[in-house]
Amino acid sequence: MAKGFVSITVERCKGCGFCVEFCPTHVLALSSAYNSKGYHAPHIVSAEKCSGCDLCGMYCPDFAIFGARYAR
Amino acid sequence: MNETTLEVPYEIPVDAHNPVEPFLRMDRMPHIWCPGCGIGTTVNCFTRALLDSKADLDKVAIVSGIGCTGRVAGYASLDSFHTTHGRAIPFATGLKLANPELQVVVYSGDGDLFAIGGNHFIHAARRNMDLKVICVNNLTYAMTGGQTAPTTPSHVISATSPYGVFEPAFNLVALAEAAGASYVARWTTYHVKQLARSMEEVLKKKGFCFIEVLSPCPTLYQRRNKMGDGLDTMKFYKQASKVRHGAPTSECALTKSGEIVVGKFVDRDRPGYFELLNAQMTETLGERYAEPEVVCGNC
Ligand SMILES: Cc1ncc(C[n+]2csc(CCOP(=O)(O)OP(=O)(O)O)c2C)c(N)n1
Ligand code: SF4
Ligand code: SF4
Ligand code: SF4
Ligand SMILES: [Mg+2]
Repeated sequence: MAKGFVSITVERCKGCGFCVEFCPTHVLALSSAYNSKGYHAPHIVSAEKCSGCDLCGMYCPDFAIFGARYAR
Repeated sequence: MNETTLEVPYEIPVDAHNPVEPFLRMDRMPHIWCPGCGIGTTVNCFTRALLDSKADLDKVAIVSGIGCTGRVAGYASLDSFHTTHGRAIPFATGLKLANPELQVVVYSGDGDLFAIGGNHFIHAARRNMDLKVICVNNLTYAMTGGQTAPTTPSHVISATSPYGVFEPAFNLVALAEAAGASYVARWTTYHVKQLARSMEEVLKKKGFCFIEVLSPCPTLYQRRNKMGDGLDTMKFYKQASKVRHGAPTSECALTKSGEIVVGKFVDRDRPGYFELLNAQMTETLGERYAEPEVVCGNC
């Protein structure tokens, strides 16, 4: 099981790709789908690799994504 | 706005929330910043620093000037003030003098702090006023259309330099050190962890502290210079930055596409404004001098 999870608020995303580029374990990819403003938000391609490090959350200029570790 | 969350292949704990949210006026989201603008990234780092430093949020105040960066004061869910252009530092100085218990953070743009507000900057640094100044440097006056700022590097094309900038630019970290700052660091929006740590450090340090953060402005700086989007600048920061803690600031000038020296350059202790005031008045007036008493309604 993954150590962490990532949560994406699609409607707040502006598709900059920072989270995709700088996720250390390549959990994310930009989706081909559009949100209502016409941006491609990220989606999860390798959920099991998420460490919950929240680097995506630190990079996201639109406060649209964050990661966290599961409580043990 | 409809806050749909993506279908995820696993369960998200119900109490999970983005750590930035308690620090923001979420009713004002989405913010006005462009796709790929770095200002929001600096805000993430600042909120992590507030969390990690365990600062008493009732005693933190944010002061901004005018500009895209100046909007931070309006989005932060803290006591904040969006001053007129260039006047963030004098407003912050007044706030600090009237209520020395406050942790006063100035969060503003390169144009605001170093063009119209440049004089205020050097004098607050000279006095070692206990202010934490965070400058989001996108190398331009972004909000007004991408004009040449005192920070715009040579050869860059801007709204007011269609044939390229020829004036020499300020080296902000050298300027801050020369003017007397107690703490001087530079990071980019690529260096999120280091930036958050520096911000935490200044929240714990006394005196005039300055952090320069290079930040992408794809819309008004990069577009005219064919520099791609925000992510291209982030990749450029990653490739062009070199961490050199303690580097002489005179060697840290920025150019259009050359090396970016990042790190902590200055961390020194100088007597602060209040200390100097009290020492001088005690020397001159002796027992006739009483330290100014702060009377503040809420504290
Ligand atoms: C007294 C005054 N002069 C000029 C302006 C126009 N003005 C608004 S923002 C700005 C520059 C902002 O540049 P910067 O501080 O770098 O912020 P950025 O938008 O790049 O984040 C200027 C010149 C103003 N609002 N008030
Ligand atoms: S929390 Fe870390 S590992 Fe998980 S998606 Fe975000 S950056 Fe990647
Ligand atoms: S960093 Fe934020 S705005 Fe950019 S693509 Fe990822 S979720 Fe969207
Ligand atoms: S104009 Fe530039 S600095 Fe202003 S919000 Fe857009 S990208 Fe950011
Ligand atoms: Mg600017």
